[in-house]
Amino acid sequence: MEPDINRLEEIANNIRRDIIKSLLEAGSGHSAGPLGMADVFTALYFHVLNHQPENPKWEDRDRFVLSNAHICPVLYATMAHAGYFPVQELMTLRKLGTRLHGHPHKNSLPGLEASGGPLGQGLSIAVGMALTAKIDNKSWRVYCMTGDGEIEEGQAWEAFMFAGKNKLHNLTFIIDRNNIQIDGFTEDVMALEPLRDKLESFGLHVIEVDAHNIRHVIDACNEARAVFEKPTAIIAHSIPGKGVDFMEFKYEWHGKPPNAEEARKALEELDKLRTLGGKIIGEHQ
Amino acid sequence: MLNPHAKLSDRLYGEVEQIPTRTGFGDGVVEAGSQNKDVVLLCCDLTDSTKSAKFRKEFPERFVEVGVAEQNMAGIGAGMAYTGKIPFIVSYAAFNPGRNWDQIRVSICYSDANVKIIGAHAGISVGPDGATHQAMEDVAITRVLPNMTVIVPCDYHDAKKAALAMSKVKGPCYMRFGRENVPVVTTPETPFQIGRAETFRQGKDVTVIACGTLVYEALIAARELEGQGIDVRVINCHTIKPIDREAIINAAKETGAIVTAEEHQIHGGLASAVAEVVVKSHPVPMEFVAVNDRFGESGQPDELMRKFLVKAPNIVWSVKEVLKRK
Repeated sequence: MEPDINRLEEIANNIRRDIIKSLLEAGSGHSAGPLGMADVFTALYFHVLNHQPENPKWEDRDRFVLSNAHICPVLYATMAHAGYFPVQELMTLRKLGTRLHGHPHKNSLPGLEASGGPLGQGLSIAVGMALTAKIDNKSWRVYCMTGDGEIEEGQAWEAFMFAGKNKLHNLTFIIDRNNIQIDGFTEDVMALEPLRDKLESFGLHVIEVDAHNIRHVIDACNEARAVFEKPTAIIAHSIPGKGVDFMEFKYEWHGKPPNAEEARKALEELDKLRTLGGKIIGEHQ
Repeated sequence: MLNPHAKLSDRLYGEVEQIPTRTGFGDGVVEAGSQNKDVVLLCCDLTDSTKSAKFRKEFPERFVEVGVAEQNMAGIGAGMAYTGKIPFIVSYAAFNPGRNWDQIRVSICYSDANVKIIGAHAGISVGPDGATHQAMEDVAITRVLPNMTVIVPCDYHDAKKAALAMSKVKGPCYMRFGRENVPVVTTPETPFQIGRAETFRQGKDVTVIACGTLVYEALIAARELEGQGIDVRVINCHTIKPIDREAIINAAKETGAIVTAEEHQIHGGLASAVAEVVVKSHPVPMEFVAVNDRFGESGQPDELMRKFLVKAPNIVWSVKEVLKRK
């Protein structure tokens, strides 16, 4: 099916707006990562994944595991827009009694495939799921999002090593390469480069994409499906805080929410984008 | 006297049979695999010594070699459990749950994943490998995790039954056992149910609540004390969590004094689990036979059990101590 890119870009923008609103309401949480991944999540949940939001336990669904689970505001907003639960529920983020915990709890919300928070864990979980599919000869696929700072964890490389050795071609990692982490830029905190070479040497097929070009993200996922010898790692080069000018590229926005004035400005900006035909303007068009 | 309903070995006080408890796990998990095709076994480069080789031979398509990566194994186990499998994740207790506790906490317990964690080579009796490999904190760190069941079998049959029983209950379980030959106290007919402590010896003066290798030691101590006119009840408390409150409270009420015995640190294991019930429900004097807040060292298993004061004579001494305060 040919993706309607204009429509997807508009959805991504709406997801961004809801990320800002839910973070403002919550009063804590991460801003930059969720905004930066809105396009990739839109591509996944509105085109790539074979899933049924109204039937979240459907056995043959593709599995999506969010390993860098602190960016869950984008997961929640995307799931809500995809129909897993009402969009209004996003305003309960991080509040007492919510199903939308500060870091996801699998058993709280139908459609969540894993709990997460401590970094590195989702990669192994995704490997386990892909292994089940392989043993049982199932055709569903597993997608795992991980952060670039996250893969400083040794467990990530244990998971890559296992996936490569066992040729889990039904498994696609998507690495949010936004170059920031809490203490600063990744290459200053703990250098990951040459990342592509490292991943390839662990037996992964590596694709690099612009994380804000939805068509390219979809193409990369399709390419991963066509590779039968290896698991794939998509290095998704992203702009942290994408869509909100004063947040973009700034690691200071990794782990904090906007205040009321900042949220107002952010939504104003995102409104402007919308009036430009639903396009995220800028260097990616 | 020995509880006839426990159907213990008739060679218990004679030429008692000696088998490593880990062999019971190895046979039990094969039985579990035969009964349920969803049972899979993951191992971290320790297939022979954890007695997982039989499973690998019987069900090669359901055996997963993870390599030396216990954190990854816990996560893979969780992912397989989420997708319908019943994974046994197997390594030494020092690494599993020692190395991968965070993964067990979040990937497994927080999601109530149906993963069975097997910690082999636990306790001081690991011997010459020394303190690094003598896991004596594992019961404490697993017992505190919500959703977790914790089992310490006393011998071959106990471990075999436990492995099968674990495969049939939903949710995370941890089972630990040692490396060495252990006297076979029980028989295939001895009752085993997760969460139910078994009274192996009836007695009215004091109760020894033991787990693992210390169950045999407790039975030896009880026989010696019988000769001194002290009637000792011995309970095999193989399930540390959920603990059998009723058996403990009855022991407190009926015998008025309790000694716990385990091959684990004195803090956080069976001693603590029993004390938590006793102090709340029916306080009585207690003594603890356990490793007293220190690391092990190299040596022969039996030498170490003696040096670290977890043998029958230590139980005898503790019983006399506790009776002074009864």
